[in-house]
Amino acid sequence: MAVLVIAEHDGKQLKPGTANAVTAAGKMGGDIAVLVAGHQCGEAAKAAAKLAGVKKVLHCDAPHYEGGVAENLAALIVPLAPNYSHVVAPATGFGKNLMPRVAALLDVQQVSDISAVESPDTFVRPTYAGNVLATVKSSDKIKVVTVRGTAFEAAGESGAAPVETLAPAPDAGLSSFKGQELTKSARPELAAARVIVSGGRGMGSADNFKILEALADKLGAAVGASRAAVDSGFVPNDYQVGQTGKIVAPELYIAVGISGAIQHLAGMKDSKVIVAINKDAEAPIFAVANYWLVEDLFKAVPELTAEL
Amino acid sequence: MKVLVTVKRVIDPYVKVRVKSDGSGVETANVKMTINPFCEIGVEQAVRMKEAGVVTEIVAVSIGVPQCQETLRTAMAMGADRGILVETDADVQPLAVAKVMKAIVARESPKLVIMGKQAIDDDSNQSGQMLAALLGWPQAAFTSKIEVNGDAADVTREIDGGLEKLAIKLPAVITTDLRLNEPRYVTLPNIMKAKKKPLEVVKPDALGVDVAPRLTTLKVEEPPKRGAGVKVADVKELVAKLKNEAKII
Repeated sequence: MAVLVIAEHDGKQLKPGTANAVTAAGKMGGDIAVLVAGHQCGEAAKAAAKLAGVKKVLHCDAPHYEGGVAENLAALIVPLAPNYSHVVAPATGFGKNLMPRVAALLDVQQVSDISAVESPDTFVRPTYAGNVLATVKSSDKIKVVTVRGTAFEAAGESGAAPVETLAPAPDAGLSSFKGQELTKSARPELAAARVIVSGGRGMGSADNFKILEALADKLGAAVGASRAAVDSGFVPNDYQVGQTGKIVAPELYIAVGISGAIQHLAGMKDSKVIVAINKDAEAPIFAVANYWLVEDLFKAVPELTAEL
Repeated sequence: MKVLVTVKRVIDPYVKVRVKSDGSGVETANVKMTINPFCEIGVEQAVRMKEAGVVTEIVAVSIGVPQCQETLRTAMAMGADRGILVETDADVQPLAVAKVMKAIVARESPKLVIMGKQAIDDDSNQSGQMLAALLGWPQAAFTSKIEVNGDAADVTREIDGGLEKLAIKLPAVITTDLRLNEPRYVTLPNIMKAKKKPLEVVKPDALGVDVAPRLTTLKVEEPPKRGAGVKVADVKELVAKLKNEAKII
C-alpha cells in the first residue's frame, strides 16, 4: 500500500489544505508520495519535501499545468495511480474540480470530503450540510479521496524527502487557462486563519464591511461572509463560508449580522469558540454560539474593536 | 445547439434532516422534496441561453424514483422542452450518474451539458466532472459566467482565491455555482404548459448501464451537538469572557 497526495500550490508555496491531506494520508497506510505539478513550481516541490511523513516528492513542470487545469492534471495522474492504493487531495476548489475527473477515468467512485479515516477502505464524511455523518466503505481497488482540511491537523515540517522529476503528459488541448482575478488582501487566508470575523446580510452594504475589517485587523483575523452577503454584492465570492463555500474551523469565529441558515452553519460549526452578534434575539446562529450578544452590530462592532 | 440539463430530486434544503433510528439512512417519508438548487440554476442558465438565441432545444434529465417526474415537470415549467427520466430505485452514486448521462449524451448528441456543482443531500460534488472525464470533454466546474462563441466558450469559475477564466472547446460539461444566475419563479400557466410537454421514461438496463453502488454506507449518525452557549449583556462582558474563560484573545 502507498498513498499519492496531490499537492495544491501557487508555484512557490503549498496551499494550506495540502499538509492536512498528508496527515489524513498517513492514517490510510503505506508510504506517502506527493505530486507537485504545475508551471514553475520548483519552490512548491521543495516545500512538499519538508512535510513530515512524506517519503518522496514527484515534481512535474509544464506550461499546460498552470492554474491546475483539471483535464491536463488528470491525464498526468491517471497513469501514476495504479502504483498506489490511495490517491488523495484536499477538498478545496482545486481538489473538488480535479479529483472526480481522475476517479472517473480510473472507474472509481470517489469518496468526497472525508472527516475521518476508520480503516484503509472506510471513511467518515459529512452529508446534508454537515447534519449527517455517513460512514462509507469503498469496494474500489484504488481509493480516490478528498480530505476536509479542518478535520485533520496539518503535517509538520520536519521532513527531508527526495524530489524526483517527472516527465509531463501531453497537453490535452481541451481547455486553456486564461488567468485569475484573485482577491487581494493582506489578511490571512480563511482556510488558515486562527480567527475569522464574518458578516452577513445584516451588514447592509459593502461599505459597512469596513467596520468588520477594522475588527479583523485588530485580531489578525481573516474576513468571511455568509452567502446572503456575497449574493448582495457586499464582498467577493471567495469570502463565502458554508456548505458550498469554504469550510472553516478557526479557534475563534465571530459571526456578525448573520442569522445562521443551515447552509452557513455547515461551514463554521466546528470552530472552537463561536461568538454571535445579532440584534434579532431569535437568530438561529445563537444555537451554535458559545457567547452571544443581542445588540445592533453597528454599535457593538466598533465598541468591540475599541475594547481589544 | 442542443443542451442537456440534469435535475436531481432532493430533500428541501430548509427542512431539518433526521437520521433513521436504526442508523441506516435519512428519513425521507413525508419529507418535502424539491429540485436541487444548483440544478435549478442550471435549468435557468439553459433557458436564458435559449431566450438569447444561443440554444435551440433544452432536454432535462433526472435519475431516480418515479416521483422525479415532478422535478422534471418543474424544469419544463421553467422552460425545458422535454424530459427524460432514467427510472430506478437504486442508490445511484456519482460515477453511475456520469455513466447514465454518458449513455444519454450518446443518444441526444448535445453540444453542452449543464449540471449542478453539487447536490445538497450527499454533497459529493463529482458527477459533472466525472461525465466530462468519461466523454473526454472539457469541464468548467463551479461556473459563474459562460459566453458561447461558436464551437468554444469563455467561462468564469469560482475558485478559492477569487475567479478564474478558462477558454474551453465545445462540446463540454459545465457545472453551476451560485452566482451564475438567479432562477425564475415558475408561473401557473407555465406549470400547465409543462404538463403537456413530452416526458420519456427509460431504465438504466435499457441504456446498458450498471448503476450498482461502489460505496456501502455502513451507518449514518448525527454529529455531536455543541454545548449550550452563554448570552452576554454587553461588549465588555464578551471581551472578559473571551479573555478569562475561553482564553482565546
